[in-house]
Amino acid sequence: MTYSYLPILILLFVAAVLGAVFLSLNWILGRHQRNPSKLSPYESGVPLLDENRKRVNVRFYQIAMLFILFDIEAAFLYPWAVIYRSMISWYLFGEMLLFILLLGVGYVYVWKKRAFDWK
Amino acid sequence: MPFDATDIGLSILKIAIVLFMMLNITPIMVWVERRGSALIQDRPGPNRVGPFGLFQSFADALKFILKEDIVPAGAHKWLYTLAPAVGLFPALTTIAVVPWGRDFRLPEKVWFGHRFFEGRPLFEPVIANVNAGILVVFALASLAVYGIVIAGWSSNNKYSLFGGIRASAQMISYELSLTLAAVSVLLVAGSLRLTDVVWEQTKYFVLFDTIKIPAWNVFSPAMWIAFIVFSVSAFAETNRLPFDFAEAEAELVAGYHTEYSSMKFALFFMAEYMAMGTMSALVVTLFLGGWDIPWYNEPPTWQGFVLSALFFLVKVSVLLFVFVWVRWTIPRLKYDLLMKIGWKVFLPLAILNIVIVAAFIAAGWL
Repeated sequence: MTYSYLPILILLFVAAVLGAVFLSLNWILGRHQRNPSKLSPYESGVPLLDENRKRVNVRFYQIAMLFILFDIEAAFLYPWAVIYRSMISWYLFGEMLLFILLLGVGYVYVWKKRAFDWK
Repeated sequence: MPFDATDIGLSILKIAIVLFMMLNITPIMVWVERRGSALIQDRPGPNRVGPFGLFQSFADALKFILKEDIVPAGAHKWLYTLAPAVGLFPALTTIAVVPWGRDFRLPEKVWFGHRFFEGRPLFEPVIANVNAGILVVFALASLAVYGIVIAGWSSNNKYSLFGGIRASAQMISYELSLTLAAVSVLLVAGSLRLTDVVWEQTKYFVLFDTIKIPAWNVFSPAMWIAFIVFSVSAFAETNRLPFDFAEAEAELVAGYHTEYSSMKFALFFMAEYMAMGTMSALVVTLFLGGWDIPWYNEPPTWQGFVLSALFFLVKVSVLLFVFVWVRWTIPRLKYDLLMKIGWKVFLPLAILNIVIVAAFIAAGWL
């Protein structure tokens, strides 16, 4: 069983090596002529007047939290989906419906709190 | 199942084939993209290097390697260098569990006095046929966010930062719809294994006892919603127009790779096109019947394998062209609209579709 994951491991290794090879090829073959203006951060050709690492809207943080909540729910649905066909019954269907309804309450709450609106 | 030398050899062969395809997808798709956009916008496009400008992308690739490798002042040196490799990593590996042809038993052969393929082992045209199947896909695909966020943050540039943050918010939002839309497919297949998903689709729906329709999930009466949700989310996941807020050149210069040049930039570019290829392969596998040829029974021999693999390639190519077609036809959305659609439309639609499919199965209609 575990052996079947071995090819994925090989592929992961190959992918990492490939990335390293591309980057080092570029380092070896590319030119190395630096000057301060070439290395300055891009700002449409003028010197940078404010800072680069700015504050980010808190909405992005909110979205990340919501994602974790709903992704866990997706993780709960996966095992249910796999056995559903073999253990089929309306009881199993009702259980899932209850789960989704509970989730729906939270979803409506978040919607009403305007967490999905970007204003 | 023990893992012997034959298995390892076959795995390496399969990895080589897939990597060859994935690495060539970028130059070919760049060419298709440029010629396609030229066709749509009524201009010639690249037509100087090689026939129809076919070698243009290969010339570009060579140029990328020979360009100067810059780390801008103020950038976090290690993360800045690492980010393109991190971006490439999931793009190359996500394809590992997607089957790309019908399996067949290898004939016993004698080469150089050695007997090969004793007991006729099964050749499965998928790098790793693991029972976690689609979970592996989502686990690896979700790593794509890291490349973008690390690139955006480490560049020390506000355009990069905002491009990276926006892209990550967008990708995690649509990843939800993507994972939930896939649940409906799993309900029907009853397995996470993508080979099982495809085998389920090789059957037929019979209409009025006469008309046979291939049992691809798109044609299923309960599943076309999931198909739409999944394909649109696939566009958002790969940061393609109309959802390319990672780049949004009108607002953010070039988004998260503003500060990147030479091969580092090329790696992001490659990752984008490879992700497109993987997403197309995934849509084909989950909804369009995988390698199944409609109204044709692929024989369990190498001929059947070649035919089905070619047909799989054709399906993926068509979807890849749709990616290009959409990009040059539909304008970019507004960012608030994008998030709104993701959370208020696609997420409930995906969940609704799960309920519908489950009800269909419980009622015995599917």
